[in-house]
Amino acid sequence: MDKLLIAKSEPLWNTDKRIISLIGSLIVLLFALPHFGLNSFYLHLMIMIFMHAVMAQSWNVIAGFSGQISLGHGAFFGIGAYATSFLYVQYGISPWIGIFVGMIISGIAAVLIGIPMLRLSGHYFAIATLLIGISFQIIFQRWEWVGAASGVWVPMTSGDSLLALQFHSSKMPYYYIFLVFFIITFFLVWLLSRSKLGYRLRAVRDDPQAALSLCINVSNYKIIAYVISAMIMAPMGSLFAQYILIIDPDRVFNIEISIIVLLITVLGGIGNVWGPIVGAAILIPISEYSRIYLGGTGGAVDLILYGLILMLICIFRPEGLISFFPKNILERKKQR
Amino acid sequence: MKILSVENLSRSFGGIKANNDISFEVAEGTILGVIGPNGAGKSTLFDLITGYTKTDNGKVSFFNKDISGLSPDKISSLGIGRTFQKLKPFADQTLLENVMIGSFVKEDNIKKARDKALEIIDFVDLIEKRHHFARELSTGQRKRLEMARAMAIEPKLLLMDEVTGGVDQKTIPGLVELIKKLKKSGVTIITIEHNINIIMEISDNILALDQGKRIAYGTPKEIQKNEEVIDSYLGTVDAT
Repeated sequence: MDKLLIAKSEPLWNTDKRIISLIGSLIVLLFALPHFGLNSFYLHLMIMIFMHAVMAQSWNVIAGFSGQISLGHGAFFGIGAYATSFLYVQYGISPWIGIFVGMIISGIAAVLIGIPMLRLSGHYFAIATLLIGISFQIIFQRWEWVGAASGVWVPMTSGDSLLALQFHSSKMPYYYIFLVFFIITFFLVWLLSRSKLGYRLRAVRDDPQAALSLCINVSNYKIIAYVISAMIMAPMGSLFAQYILIIDPDRVFNIEISIIVLLITVLGGIGNVWGPIVGAAILIPISEYSRIYLGGTGGAVDLILYGLILMLICIFRPEGLISFFPKNILERKKQR
Repeated sequence: MKILSVENLSRSFGGIKANNDISFEVAEGTILGVIGPNGAGKSTLFDLITGYTKTDNGKVSFFNKDISGLSPDKISSLGIGRTFQKLKPFADQTLLENVMIGSFVKEDNIKKARDKALEIIDFVDLIEKRHHFARELSTGQRKRLEMARAMAIEPKLLLMDEVTGGVDQKTIPGLVELIKKLKKSGVTIITIEHNINIIMEISDNILALDQGKRIAYGTPKEIQKNEEVIDSYLGTVDAT
């Protein structure tokens, strides 16, 4: 009986004060960072890390939590990008509203794609999503209403405008906007992973048959994960569109987007809330620097590097780089 | 009061009649043992009752409500829990998390769900292993995990597929005690068992199957004397 009482008195989560203060100081550091004289390139690098960490976190929800490998997640990035740009250009609607519209459209698209596709198991779902990702690109390339292959050019405001989400004098406002989205997403996904929903999604991932015996409607939970994942992805497309102000199907529906979110997550640690952050913090600088030093347009060298990294991870660290951290620090799981 | 009634249940796979016109009833608070040689259709019967396999013919009623054709998650929501012959723990999660997934069925609050899961883990005598990953547990411990997980949904009827199968002799008495303890707690149990001594000891009634057909149904004493059962099943015990 004593043992039961001891077990019940354990905290639900890791409440290690060192970890909490480490996260706290990291957040403070990230907010202070631009004031240490970061030049434009480093601001851009950090923005790309935040953006890709969120995108990978989105993929982590569907693949890492619910176990469905999506190879067409770029579709939701593109939807987000088009939603804000198109609504702003055509109707003058603020991109801030566009972000929410993009999230809602992505969510609806995920339901419509998810209902037939998530009935497919494993590899077939992956192949189907790959094709869906590509077909979004083809549809937008031919869809005159949204600018077809030439895409959407967002007219520049005369100066910085928070309402129009455009900043021309410095990248710093973008840095903070991406940072806030990054922190919010991270916090929400962390909550998700510790919620009843998170537990049930992991059950669906680990053994759908057993999940059914515990009153879990597996199909519905897969769709819920897909919708959440899509709704995390879309705002990054929206913000990216506002960041570069010119979008076209080749850029925002590129298959590379679907692949890189996978790479980042697998590199960092799939199914782990911290994985996408570690993955993005390592892979994005490699990508940006290889573009600088090994070829102007990126060429194929960064892709070769990605391939190499992925192979090494799969062979030596299938749980991702996060597995280098002691388990009981990041997770409350203890191996006694 | 009868908790489950199965009427003329049939299911074929290709040309093989895995379950052929099976009928029986289970009274509340009792243990029904299901015996039969390999391939007799025992696990298929479980899959038909719990909705994992669709029936060709026949009807399954739970508290007089027809549940045939419902999906497994709906059936489990009604209060029918099960374990699997081929164990299905959530391998990459801890024992506690495995059981919590079950206790979330009746409990939304995470602390309460955790505490309830801990009580059940204590009930199956694995409290010290609560933070171990399911994949690190022994077969016997994983069987307890599955029982605990199924208990966490607070089932009125629990179907257990070969609880003592594949575990060492030393572990068996503990598992048997656990089944008895479960019955005492008011759960009705249907259990598939190959160990004839155990089934005779724990069951109130026994259903004997052979080649998809019901060959006998009765108390352990009646079954022991049943010639058909002796021919097809009990007679082979010495040989194995």
